[in-house]
Amino acid sequence: MSEDASAIAAAVRSGEASASEVLERHLSAIEQHDGELHAFLTVLADSAREEAREIDRRVAAGEDPGPLAGVPVALKDNLCTRGVPTTCASRILEGWCPPYDATVVRRLRAAGAVVVGKTNLDEFAMGSSTENSAFGPTRNPHDPGRVPGGSSGGSAAAVAAGLVPVALGSDTGGSIRQPAALCGVVGMKPTYGTVSRYGLVAFASSLDQIGPFASSVADAVALFEAIGGHDPCDSTSLERPASMSLGRLGDGVVGLRVGVVAELLDGVDPAVAKRVREAAEVLAAAGASVEECSIPEVAYALPAYYLLAPAEASSNLARYDGVRYGLRVDASSAEAMNGATRAKGFGPEVKRRIMLGTYALSAGYYDAYYGQAQKVRTLIIEAFKRAYENADVLLGATTPTTAFEIGSKVDDPLAMYLSDVCTVPSNLSGDPAITVPFGTDDLGLPVGVQVLAPALQETTMFQAATVVEDAAPPVPTPRIGADATDGGERAAGGERAAGGRGR
Amino acid sequence: MAGDEDISGAGARLTREDAAYVARLARIDLTDEELDLYAGQLAAVLEHAAQVAALATAGVEPPAHPLPLRNVLRDDEVRPSLDREEVLGQAPAVEDGRFSVPPILGEVP
Repeated sequence: MSEDASAIAAAVRSGEASASEVLERHLSAIEQHDGELHAFLTVLADSAREEAREIDRRVAAGEDPGPLAGVPVALKDNLCTRGVPTTCASRILEGWCPPYDATVVRRLRAAGAVVVGKTNLDEFAMGSSTENSAFGPTRNPHDPGRVPGGSSGGSAAAVAAGLVPVALGSDTGGSIRQPAALCGVVGMKPTYGTVSRYGLVAFASSLDQIGPFASSVADAVALFEAIGGHDPCDSTSLERPASMSLGRLGDGVVGLRVGVVAELLDGVDPAVAKRVREAAEVLAAAGASVEECSIPEVAYALPAYYLLAPAEASSNLARYDGVRYGLRVDASSAEAMNGATRAKGFGPEVKRRIMLGTYALSAGYYDAYYGQAQKVRTLIIEAFKRAYENADVLLGATTPTTAFEIGSKVDDPLAMYLSDVCTVPSNLSGDPAITVPFGTDDLGLPVGVQVLAPALQETTMFQAATVVEDAAPPVPTPRIGADATDGGERAAGGERAAGGRGR
Repeated sequence: MAGDEDISGAGARLTREDAAYVARLARIDLTDEELDLYAGQLAAVLEHAAQVAALATAGVEPPAHPLPLRNVLRDDEVRPSLDREEVLGQAPAVEDGRFSVPPILGEVP
């Protein structure tokens, strides 16, 4: 199956297909495969059927339901959905039903999309494997013994397995791009401020950004177009809309200056680095001028990130105090109630990050840790600006390795944090970045290549990503999912062409 | 004044008592086993994070956000907001249209 969102929308708008039959196909794929995959925390079959019927009614009445007409979409479960549980994969929010929809959810529905469910994540989006979910891990469709990445692992796995054509995630330090790379799909972090964060449960507010998962660059663009734009409900939302014209997606890269960043290949698994160099050759062959470059400050992004993000998290998560919503553990005083509630409601990684952030902000350490990390962030922003004087886009690995085995890093937080080494720089700089699947390693596990661009230059980034996608070596059909053959073995000749889909 | 404290090795000196102090600031009741576990793990992460001290930052301003932003103001006019009953309906305890909590200063409610 693995239908393109663009193809579904075209068929539904023209009346060739009904949104209801598209939805039923995806619901049965979820029914059949999600027991093994555990990509979803909530499947909204009833409300999705109602939404699909409404789309079909509007098409029958001669109306256009919008550019995503009848496209089934999954939402990471840290995006607020009115009257529908939004757990952040945490016991502290179990059963909580938000009183409002996130702006991105309203915009998806306004574009005609059908919300089919909420996907699994690392608790409060803190993690790189989806093992930190209070409701159990998600499995990688390519190898159920391995992680899908994280924190948006449920959304990545759902798209990779063909359970939905597209999904939304959030990316604070790579939480869209890292799982997309590990699952063999496209994942994009937009420029900070281009997509409203209203209704995204806050982790680290100066870094968080919502973005799309898709099986093609074109579908990621369609989703980004639908959710982007100014929103008065988010004070960090940019007045200037993100501009992208789908018609310019195939314009190519003749004359484009591409910088291959040495620091985004340092320490990267040789099989992954090899794919990045092949992608650079693809861009050069397509007419881009490709040069190696070095941004030494990028090497300091990870240590800075693991001070700044926990510091912001320790402040943002202070709201889970057992007073206004979520879990409360009763005690004789308010302070005892707070401490007992948070002890029971938060999982180990969230406690660890809150502790880390609280320490980094505490008296005596604030300047040396948080203050210094903030200044390093400024140096990283300036370093990227300098790099973009000589390059239009930058290229690097998305992840230092392909998907690792479930359980292999849970006892070593620092080893887990190192999974984010190639993705955190773009969160610190606020610039956009996208990962495109580009073949596999020697084990047949998907590899992602990352294209980075200056703030608001999404159009150029998408054009370069499209050239890379069109020439990408194939990624095998996942073992679990709508396209998988029975028996769990990879089908011979079952590879799907990665290039040129959906346009 | 950033960088004045010598943070190299600071993480390695993190004790159970330090962890307990931080846990109390963060309002999380932790067991002794958890305190020992987190003291060790935080030490490892802080050792890594201390690399930020290696960059010279004299005269560098910290950013509030990655992109330049202006304060957002709007006219002070009455507009619809969330429904009070719906909001209170999600609270663990409610009394007379308000959130209800255990005593804060030890007084009898």
